[in-house]
Amino acid sequence: MSLVIHNLHARVSGGQEILRGLNLEIQKGSVHAIMGPNGSGKSTLSKVISGHPDYEVTSGEVLLDGVNVLAMEPDARARAGLFLAFQYPVEIPGVSNANFIRAALQARLKDGEELDAVDYYGDLYKEMDKLEIPRTFTSRSVNEGFSGGEKKRNEVLQMAMLKPAYAILDETDSGLDIDALKIVAAGVNALRSPSVGMLVITHYQRLLDYITPDVVHVLVGGRIVRSAGPELAYELESKGYDWIKDALTEDVHSEELAAV
Amino acid sequence: MSTEVISQIDVDRTRGDFSYPEQHTFDAGTGLSHATVDYIAEVKQEPDWIREFRHKALDVFLSKPMPTHWASKDLENIVFDNIRYYLANSQRPTRSWDEVPDDVKRTFERLGIPEQERKFLAGVEAQFDSEAVYSNMKKALGDEGVIFVGSTEGLKEHPEIFRKWFGKVIPTGDNKFSALNSAVFSGGSFIYVPPGVKVKHPLQAYFRINAENFGQFERTLIIADEGSEVMYMEGCTAPKFETATLHSAVVELVAMKGAKIQYVTVQNWSANVFNLVTKRAIAHEEAEVKWIDCNIGSRLTMKYPGVVLKGRKARGEVLSIALANNGQHQDTGAKMIHAADETTSNVISKSISIGHGRSTYRGQVYIPRHLKGCKNNTECDALLINSTSRTDTYPAITVRGSRNSVQHEASVSQVSAEQIFYMQQRGLSEAQAMSLSVNGFVNDLVREFPMEYSVELKRLIDLEMEDSVG
Ligand SMILES: Nc1ncnc2c1ncn2[C@@H]1O[C@H](COP(=O)(O)OP(=O)(O)OP(=O)(O)O)[C@@H](O)[C@H]1O
Ligand SMILES: [Mg+2]
Repeated sequence: MSLVIHNLHARVSGGQEILRGLNLEIQKGSVHAIMGPNGSGKSTLSKVISGHPDYEVTSGEVLLDGVNVLAMEPDARARAGLFLAFQYPVEIPGVSNANFIRAALQARLKDGEELDAVDYYGDLYKEMDKLEIPRTFTSRSVNEGFSGGEKKRNEVLQMAMLKPAYAILDETDSGLDIDALKIVAAGVNALRSPSVGMLVITHYQRLLDYITPDVVHVLVGGRIVRSAGPELAYELESKGYDWIKDALTEDVHSEELAAV
Repeated sequence: MSTEVISQIDVDRTRGDFSYPEQHTFDAGTGLSHATVDYIAEVKQEPDWIREFRHKALDVFLSKPMPTHWASKDLENIVFDNIRYYLANSQRPTRSWDEVPDDVKRTFERLGIPEQERKFLAGVEAQFDSEAVYSNMKKALGDEGVIFVGSTEGLKEHPEIFRKWFGKVIPTGDNKFSALNSAVFSGGSFIYVPPGVKVKHPLQAYFRINAENFGQFERTLIIADEGSEVMYMEGCTAPKFETATLHSAVVELVAMKGAKIQYVTVQNWSANVFNLVTKRAIAHEEAEVKWIDCNIGSRLTMKYPGVVLKGRKARGEVLSIALANNGQHQDTGAKMIHAADETTSNVISKSISIGHGRSTYRGQVYIPRHLKGCKNNTECDALLINSTSRTDTYPAITVRGSRNSVQHEASVSQVSAEQIFYMQQRGLSEAQAMSLSVNGFVNDLVREFPMEYSVELKRLIDLEMEDSVG
């Protein structure tokens, strides 16, 4: 049981290629981290996996427990168990947070089944308490006027409520203060289980002190260029990305030489 | 189309888009002339003054140009010669559902009307094409002197009240379509509430177009006498025919001193209907008139409910929602004519345009110089779902004198692709995501609506969104 990304090529519809042959496999029960320079394609990867209409997949596969999701609508992918905590959560005026999450849960039920309101609010309050989100946030419009950190907590709240099989967290730590980081990390850790696979995109090794990954990948230029254990994050923290990029050019050179 | 009895849920799916074979005892034929008017007056055995009223109105209709200099050119596509102006089976509505002819009863059962009557209504009138087939009111209300009948019955049995107010709020020549209605009207409701009587539950009328190439021209007159209160709800549907159908009603309300009238419209026309309706109220001293108007469906709707604030401290309100889906144009608004001191009016309009749908808001607020202490608040909010939608706002606010105040706000917002994607990523379908946004947009307004109505409205919005994503 895993989320498999195989030789994925994708571009902005009609534009330049952003993902250029990306391979990744996230087993259920494991946590993978992706780090990489700005603009390397991390968010694009998360959006392509979840079916954002701006992107066109030109080749490759994304398999969710063996099912190719690329032909599915974004909402069908979500209901199949995929969750994305957005780097930039979207504001939805007029739709209250509580109603939104409730509608999302309701959408997962069979026709004619009705979500039990009492149970729902019980669960919602429990998860909000864990994330130290005040009750007033149930009636506020989704993300509207939320601070950067509040938006990120709200993403984790939704994840906790929707209980995905695979979750991608795109820079959920960015914009969080130290205390919030601990709270959010605790929230994420609480969801770690043998039945959940996670992909954590981050720029900071700090997050990985709280959410210890099984594997750390480096994404550069639309490809995974290095994968190793958690120690790789420390190396990146101290050395930056240049050494990898340099090593990469050498690789390319040697490939070119080999081709000659 | 299947004619078997289907459950309520199936009714939801087909949203009134079904019809049963027609058979009419009374049929004025196709096209419009003085002979058509004579036929209608004849069949309905009307007094001479009404017959004359109709003939004059027809002349006014024929002499008036189409208002295409300001309104949609689509009006030119109405072929008046192809329309049937009067279709009915009987001249008398029954008082019990059992006596309603089977096929007609089936129609209303599919639309859930008898059930609603049992649940929460004080009275129901059901109109099928030109005439009411069913009309009934709780006995207790009758005992209090409340009258709730069709316009034909009102005219015959309560001429003294009927004649006093009929055509007084909206003169025949108000516009081309009020003239048309005045020439060929039939059906609609006549309501009189005696002084001090407060009708607790809503009275409801249901207008159903069943025949193709048909024009429905109901005429409603509601008089709330001093200190009385009444709420009237109307619902409308039609099957989806290939050819255009015309619905052109005239609704006149009179709220006497201290009376309150709430008029609620749940309109769900199919996309072939031209819906050209004139609605106006007169509010006397300290009276309150509230129009709650929701326009979903139709090909072109032109409707600007108004209140003439005639007595001191009268209040007028229009709360409207218009939803223009692909191929539809909702041209709606409000008119507030202040004619006494300390009168207040409030207009809140929310429009939603989807795909190629188009919404237009036209408002008219008039406060003359000699008045003092008048207030108007106008709020127009438009929501666009995808970039090809179009919305226009024409708020004409004429306020003279310095002793009156107005406030006007307008906003346009978009449901972006990013918002839809975000919601889809949480598992909502595109239609559900749009519904949620639309419901969110109209939510603060819907909170003011009667409960049964908000539920119905939400359901209609969901259906319309499903349609729009195909
Ligand atoms: N919709 C789009 N239209 C045009 N360019 C895009 C679009 N989406 C992504 N790009 C481009 O693709 C590249 C990768 O963007 P992406 O957002 O995936 O980077 P990232 O790795 O998430 O960066 P960051 O660390 O800054 O969040 C960038 O150069 C970006 O400008
Ligand atoms: Mg990013």
